[in-house]
Amino acid sequence: MKLIILENYSQASEWAAKYIRNRIVQFGPGPGRFFTLGLPTGLPRDHPESYHSFMWNNFFKHIDISPENVHILDGNAPDLQAECDAFEEKIKAAGGIELFVGGIGPDGHIAFNEPGSSLVSRTRVKTLAMDTILANARFFDGDLSKVPTMALTVGVGTVMDAREVMILITGAHKAFALYKAIEDGVNHMWTVSAFQQHPNTVFVCDEDATLELKVKTVKYFKGLMLVHNKLVEPLYSMKEVGAERSQSKKPYSD
Amino acid sequence: MPSNKSVSDAPIVQFTNCRILRDHRLQREDLWVREGKILNPEKLFFDEKGSADVQLDCKDSIIAPGFIDVQINGGFGVDFSLATDDFKSGIDLVSKQILSHGVTSFCPTLVTSPPSVYHQILPQINVRNGGAHGAGILGAHLEGPFISKEKKGAHPEHCLRTFEAGAFQDLLATYGSLDCVQIVTLAPEMRRSSEVIRELTKRGICVSLGHSVANLSQAEEAVQHGATFITHLFNAMLPFHHRDPGIVGLLTSDKIPAGQRVFYGMISDGIHTNPAALRIAHRAHPKGLVLVTDAMAGMGLAPGRHTLGQQVVEIDGLNTYIAGTKTLSGSVATMDTCVRHFQEATGCSVETALEVASLHPAQLLGIEHEKGTLNYDSDADFLMLNDSLYVQATYIAGEEVWRQDVSGM
Repeated sequence: MKLIILENYSQASEWAAKYIRNRIVQFGPGPGRFFTLGLPTGLPRDHPESYHSFMWNNFFKHIDISPENVHILDGNAPDLQAECDAFEEKIKAAGGIELFVGGIGPDGHIAFNEPGSSLVSRTRVKTLAMDTILANARFFDGDLSKVPTMALTVGVGTVMDAREVMILITGAHKAFALYKAIEDGVNHMWTVSAFQQHPNTVFVCDEDATLELKVKTVKYFKGLMLVHNKLVEPLYSMKEVGAERSQSKKPYSD
Repeated sequence: MPSNKSVSDAPIVQFTNCRILRDHRLQREDLWVREGKILNPEKLFFDEKGSADVQLDCKDSIIAPGFIDVQINGGFGVDFSLATDDFKSGIDLVSKQILSHGVTSFCPTLVTSPPSVYHQILPQINVRNGGAHGAGILGAHLEGPFISKEKKGAHPEHCLRTFEAGAFQDLLATYGSLDCVQIVTLAPEMRRSSEVIRELTKRGICVSLGHSVANLSQAEEAVQHGATFITHLFNAMLPFHHRDPGIVGLLTSDKIPAGQRVFYGMISDGIHTNPAALRIAHRAHPKGLVLVTDAMAGMGLAPGRHTLGQQVVEIDGLNTYIAGTKTLSGSVATMDTCVRHFQEATGCSVETALEVASLHPAQLLGIEHEKGTLNYDSDADFLMLNDSLYVQATYIAGEEVWRQDVSGM
């Protein structure tokens, strides 16, 4: 695991963005060679704050992605399990997920894999924990009865199949979850802990999120920032990709 | 980029690198257009898996809905109240020329005239969509002849009429036909005006109060019967008095029926209204202000003499007076200069200055679902402007119909 500790939310976001950019550029995507980016799912389709609107406004409208290359789980599909199975097939067909970027819930969940989810689960329908329902209430005018109780989500196993996993954690309210995820054992009550067994994980967080970690852990990883920063500097661009391809070796291994 | 259009084969144009006026704010968003309407790119992306066929770089322009002029008597030598043989080519000329002022829809206005003039001219005015040929015609604005003698302004006294004998039938007989009429200006203190206002409102015609000596209660009664507009506020009406505000008092009246809004036209050319008066009106009732030009035949031409219906008007700079008098008569203002002057005089935001010339007139005429905004599925009538609010290009139904000549002419 690489634990990247930045001072605050904006710096953490920027570091993560630069890292993802460099990863995409160094992968060298082109016709027939897709960089498959995995992201966790969200609210049901027909809600005005829907995941589709969120993704459009915050991501898709700013980039030149073809709509055919966007695959979002459809919560309104007639056969939900078939929809989930088809999603797993689409991931295989795209060559597997190159990089999965996700966050972590205060209860340590990744995507909607709530405490108790199998660590080898696949894409499926999942009932949501009360914590998640409470957190989502703000999108439904605070009316708990209106918040959906189920969601389609990629499984822990699905994310573990990705070639690289990046988890973004910011804020003091996530600190305990981060502690459970990286300093305690692998446990299905804190599903993010599954990534301790993934060969290629990056956790990007801010100072507040480290509040429950041992000082020793924080000092160790802060000391590695000099090396870790080589992953984001220099910042590569698609135009120079040919020349730099040969230098894409990692500075050190986990 | 390939586009898979399961809904329509029409080309999709994406205007990028621009700031669009939406939800009352200038936002850095792209504008998508298909088949003459504003397109929702999110629905296109997810539902149709479509993408743009053409992308146009707007070089950081402001994109605003096209201006709507609900009071314009003519221009470029054309007088809408003059029944000539080539009336149609006259209206075509004006509709084409005002594209350069940013006007994409307008109401040709007729001043007080004898019935024969209405009978000859009105059948020649057709409601029609705009395009490369010119701005769209929403319908005629009939200003008079049912107005007050004391506040006739530039209107000829011998043509003034009342409808106390036959009310609505008198009005219909005078005009001949109301088929393409969008707005009628009348004086509400006239006997039987309430019946007339109700009858006109029932037919979807906007009733405007103007050229009147009505007091506030007469004006309020007119609004309760359906009047929704005030013709060139302050001009040709009793001045505001603190114990009887007259028609001006409608701006803050508490007798307006719920759900109804009173709109008021203002000519912000710097001549018809002192900037301080403009500011008072704007601050009292900002959501009702509608910019109008009240332009007449001399607009766009060199100073000199022109006609306005039955009158002769002398133009000297921005001043337009009845020949030999100091009575204001129409203007030579253009809509874009009115917008700029309005912004300067009131210090309002760019968004507000643009909305008083587009959104508010559309709301007045009840057409804000199609015109006056850049909302999805509304008509793609819009302008590209620079930061000083000079029109650089005019688009109607998504097609460019006018562009500022780069040489600056």
